[in-house]
Amino acid sequence: MHDGQAPFASGPGLSDDSLQLRADVLVLGGGPAGTWAAWSAAQSGARVVLADKGYCGTSGATAPSGTGVWYVPPDAQAREEARASREAMGGYLADRRWMDRVLDQTHENVDRLAAWGYPFPTDDAGESYRRSLQGPEYMRLMRKRVKAAGVTILDHSPALELLTHDGEVVGAAGIQRQTGVRWSARAGAVVIATGGCAFLSRALGCNVLTGDGGLFAAEVGAQLSGMEFSNAYGLGPAFASVTKSAFYRFATFYYADGRPIEGAGSARGRSIIAKTLLEQPVYACLDQVPEGVRDSLRAAQPNFFLPFDRRGIDPLTQHFPVTLRLEGTVRGTGGIRIASEACGTSVPGLFAAGDAATRELICGGFTGGGSHNAAWAMSSGYWSGQGAAAHAQQLGEHAHARTAVPAGRASLRPDRDAHTLDPEALTRAVQDEVFPYERNLFRTDKQLTESLARLDSLWQEAQARPAQNARDVLRGRESAAMTAIARFMYTSARARTETRGMHKHLDHPAQDPTQQHRLICQGLERIQVEVEPVQHSALQPVAAAL
Amino acid sequence: MIELLSATRCVACDACVKVCPTNVFDAVDDAPPRIARQADCQTCFMCELYCPTDALFVSPEADGPSAVQETELSARGALGSYRAAVGWGQGQKPGARSDASYRVLSLVAAPELPPRKQPQQEQA
Repeated sequence: MHDGQAPFASGPGLSDDSLQLRADVLVLGGGPAGTWAAWSAAQSGARVVLADKGYCGTSGATAPSGTGVWYVPPDAQAREEARASREAMGGYLADRRWMDRVLDQTHENVDRLAAWGYPFPTDDAGESYRRSLQGPEYMRLMRKRVKAAGVTILDHSPALELLTHDGEVVGAAGIQRQTGVRWSARAGAVVIATGGCAFLSRALGCNVLTGDGGLFAAEVGAQLSGMEFSNAYGLGPAFASVTKSAFYRFATFYYADGRPIEGAGSARGRSIIAKTLLEQPVYACLDQVPEGVRDSLRAAQPNFFLPFDRRGIDPLTQHFPVTLRLEGTVRGTGGIRIASEACGTSVPGLFAAGDAATRELICGGFTGGGSHNAAWAMSSGYWSGQGAAAHAQQLGEHAHARTAVPAGRASLRPDRDAHTLDPEALTRAVQDEVFPYERNLFRTDKQLTESLARLDSLWQEAQARPAQNARDVLRGRESAAMTAIARFMYTSARARTETRGMHKHLDHPAQDPTQQHRLICQGLERIQVEVEPVQHSALQPVAAAL
Repeated sequence: MIELLSATRCVACDACVKVCPTNVFDAVDDAPPRIARQADCQTCFMCELYCPTDALFVSPEADGPSAVQETELSARGALGSYRAAVGWGQGQKPGARSDASYRVLSLVAAPELPPRKQPQQEQA
């Protein structure tokens, strides 16, 4: 075991064995960002360990889904249109220099996928079409490439905490949840690619995404950015997990009696859907699908149709109930602040990639998921792997001579012996603060303040230990992470006294030109929020219409 | 949620135990795995894709259990239907090769139409 107190006591279901590993680069998370990070680190000559909470290849929001990709040919006009397309929706908080970098890197990586044998389709003009990735195929291929690059993959091995030495990150420790064996990996650098936080809402592929990496980062003093942009809700059938929203572009939304809901839509009209759902069920029907593309829908997104087929519903002709499931920071844009071009954080030895990191650099305060997030995952993953490998190489053998102090606190090492943490109860209490549309989608200062008071007291509860078995230790840590993320979200939201990007503040419904900046938060006991100017952004129109 | 692990189809390869991202299954010595933590299922359907004998069925109901009948599912071809749709069965062509997003995404990205004024008289 590493120095300091064990992360959890012995107990039934916890093994006395432990697995000790050494690597140059340790990657936490095996979705798109984590696999690209692991691959590029290995490509740079690093010994790499990748630890995933679930199974690298099926874990995360991408694998069971499928995604558009922000893949734009290097043509000046096409690139300009790509940059400009979401600047207004994002509230002018993106950075054009980062957009250029991501467009370049994404183009290169997607072409690499083609060279690796990803079966891209051929479009009607006979060209290879590379703007869409099928999740199962993409992530199966990434696992294969990561293994071929010599990376050691630990499946079902969630990290529970980082290890530090003198303000630097030197590894991480966790548990193998199928055996109860603890693992501990010392590394020259660590990449957090654990995804965003969707608060166990059962949105497609999102229940492994509980914000763990955000908590780990905050515990070692790293900063987060844009956490107010954390209230994305995915649209889908009320009974199902499939929150793939693109095709609802072709939907009409109805009341139970069959009357259409005025103003309801999948993009700009989503607030109307949420407002209606507060009072009564909302139904949808994809009755605006243009002739001639019906079969294409099925071929583009087979899993979109799966819940309907299994329920015996034809979504193109029949009305079905819909709901909005919270996807939090998965389709939001807030996350760990990026402090260098290599996706380093503000803490030495710690890198962040994918949805665990802020995506404001390329999309400001709004993203519909997919497209930009997919591009960000493969680009930031690639850079963080390279950066982490370079950091480790610079340290050389000294990397493993450093002592390691475990950084985990909440639910792992209580200051005093208190009650036993009930992870399920804590999770439900946090969900009660973040799920309701009237709190999280439509924000007011009063509601945010009241929620924060309750979340602060939940954070005190989250300090206690759960029952000491593998499942509860993990669940306890996840519930603590969700509590921390909710506090970051609402603290940042209260500080942004305007409406911008996806952050709708009912007390301040207009965009305030003096708040065209990012909000950085830091600290766990007391959360501090600071303002950071935006670099290289497009000029915000003086009278912004949004 | 996962509702069925067919003991007659299962060959006890434990692929589902390995690939389930939320660790729903437990391996059992010399026997089919068991659905040990159904409530943890996130209805992502990935286990079905990796099951070589189409022995699993995930119901689309995400928020709670629902009753299913293996004979009925089998009769209407529901077992393995998703794996077939994705083109992962033996000798099949990967569905990604016929991903028709290029015909759809440009339409999706086009500006949203104003909502319809005329009620559609149709009930779910």
